[in-house]
Amino acid sequence: MANLKVRITFPEDKIKEPIIYNAGKNYKVVTNIRRADVTEKTGWVDLELVGEVEEIENAIAGMKDAGVKVDPIERNIIE
Amino acid sequence: MSKIKGLVCKECKKTYPAEAVHVCEFCFGPLEVAYNYDQIHTKISKEKILNGPLSLWRYEDLLPIESTPTVGLHTGFTPMVHAKNLGPKLGLDYLYIKNDSVNPPTLSFKDRVVAVALTRAKELGFDTVACASTGNLANSVSANAAEANFKCFVFIPSDLESGKILGNLVYNPRVVAVEGNYDDVNRLCSEIAGEYPWAFVNINLRPYYSEGSKTLAYETAEALNWRAPDHVVVPIASGSLLTKIYKGFHEFERLGLISDLTTQIHGAQALGCSPVATAFKKKSDFIQPVKPDTIAKSLAIGNPADGFYAIKIAQETDGIIESVTDEEIIGGIKLLAENEGIFTETAGGVTVAVLKKLATQGVLKKGASVVAYITGNGLKTQEAIAPAVGAPSLIQPNLASFQQTLKKERQ
Repeated sequence: MANLKVRITFPEDKIKEPIIYNAGKNYKVVTNIRRADVTEKTGWVDLELVGEVEEIENAIAGMKDAGVKVDPIERNIIE
Repeated sequence: MSKIKGLVCKECKKTYPAEAVHVCEFCFGPLEVAYNYDQIHTKISKEKILNGPLSLWRYEDLLPIESTPTVGLHTGFTPMVHAKNLGPKLGLDYLYIKNDSVNPPTLSFKDRVVAVALTRAKELGFDTVACASTGNLANSVSANAAEANFKCFVFIPSDLESGKILGNLVYNPRVVAVEGNYDDVNRLCSEIAGEYPWAFVNINLRPYYSEGSKTLAYETAEALNWRAPDHVVVPIASGSLLTKIYKGFHEFERLGLISDLTTQIHGAQALGCSPVATAFKKKSDFIQPVKPDTIAKSLAIGNPADGFYAIKIAQETDGIIESVTDEEIIGGIKLLAENEGIFTETAGGVTVAVLKKLATQGVLKKGASVVAYITGNGLKTQEAIAPAVGAPSLIQPNLASFQQTLKKERQ
């Protein structure tokens, strides 16, 4: 089992969508929210994903396809 | 008792031992170094600093290492120039340029953070260091790793310009060019950092690495005869530099090395990558990530980890975070070069252009002391200004031809 810490950022038009719920439903990953700031317009969620590496990769791809930004918890590393 | 108390989460304040960790396991907030200031207070003094080495290590008592410095022994203590030409042009009597474009060994402020990170890496027993970079950081890690006998991995996007790759390859690190877009490369590097027992300087060593930036504040206060300036203008990429300059001044005040700290901390971004300036203007805590589109590549961080903290500091100190266009950035580079003989890279152009904007807006007053941080060297980004600097006058090898040209130019 692997775990990955990510920052998910929601654009305004995706704020109503149950993207994290869907990630857990559609892929074999456990989602665990650690910190978040979500308003009616925008928001971010710091999320832990636990599962097999391939399932985590698929869950991330699924969330990106659903229209949210998924970054490592460190955000931008390339300096 | 060590001067390092440990690491502390900036959000939930949970503490951790001073190891190679960077994220709070509880709330995923960033970790930073906590110090035993009472112990430091008994050791540090102006006299001790003045008698210290002519490098950033003169402030060793306030840096997160436990033994003696081993890396970057000539880094820091860069010139702080009273800008006697540029100042009056901007209506400022006491404008100073903190010139890290000549910071050894690789001519950018990154040598400060890398000196601290690699010294700490040695203390923690690492034999391999790594980073993900498109420029200054890669240069600094590669050069310092070579000198300090570390194995070194540098990850770069595969479409990076050849000139920049060459500047790293010369130090003979292992350069890995990763195919894919910026986000792909970014995420892979985060995963590699979690997988391998390496000192990834700006990931698992980030709490130590970022502390190196504080030395810019220390050097500023020392150069101003133990006073903090009225204003500073700081470029923002991740936002870390701005937060550490704030921390540096506050530590000096806490330890009695300066007093009456009222410095207004201003931030500078390129308009083509200005998520922090945008949030600041909207009075929002939320940093909306952007896709960078600017010539200021060294500041092109679209989702800055410390942007939130940079905004808080600007607000707390009555500072302003401004952004400038690419055209203004080139203007800033030329303004500094033509007036002070300092050739800075595009990040410096951003700083000078914002400095000019703040002076024009009346935020910076004539009699106030103002320090602008110039963080990198123009020789590294010559392509950015090539179209804007004109061309030499071509003449025949005779005096008449020269005189004719001179006459034309005088007309």
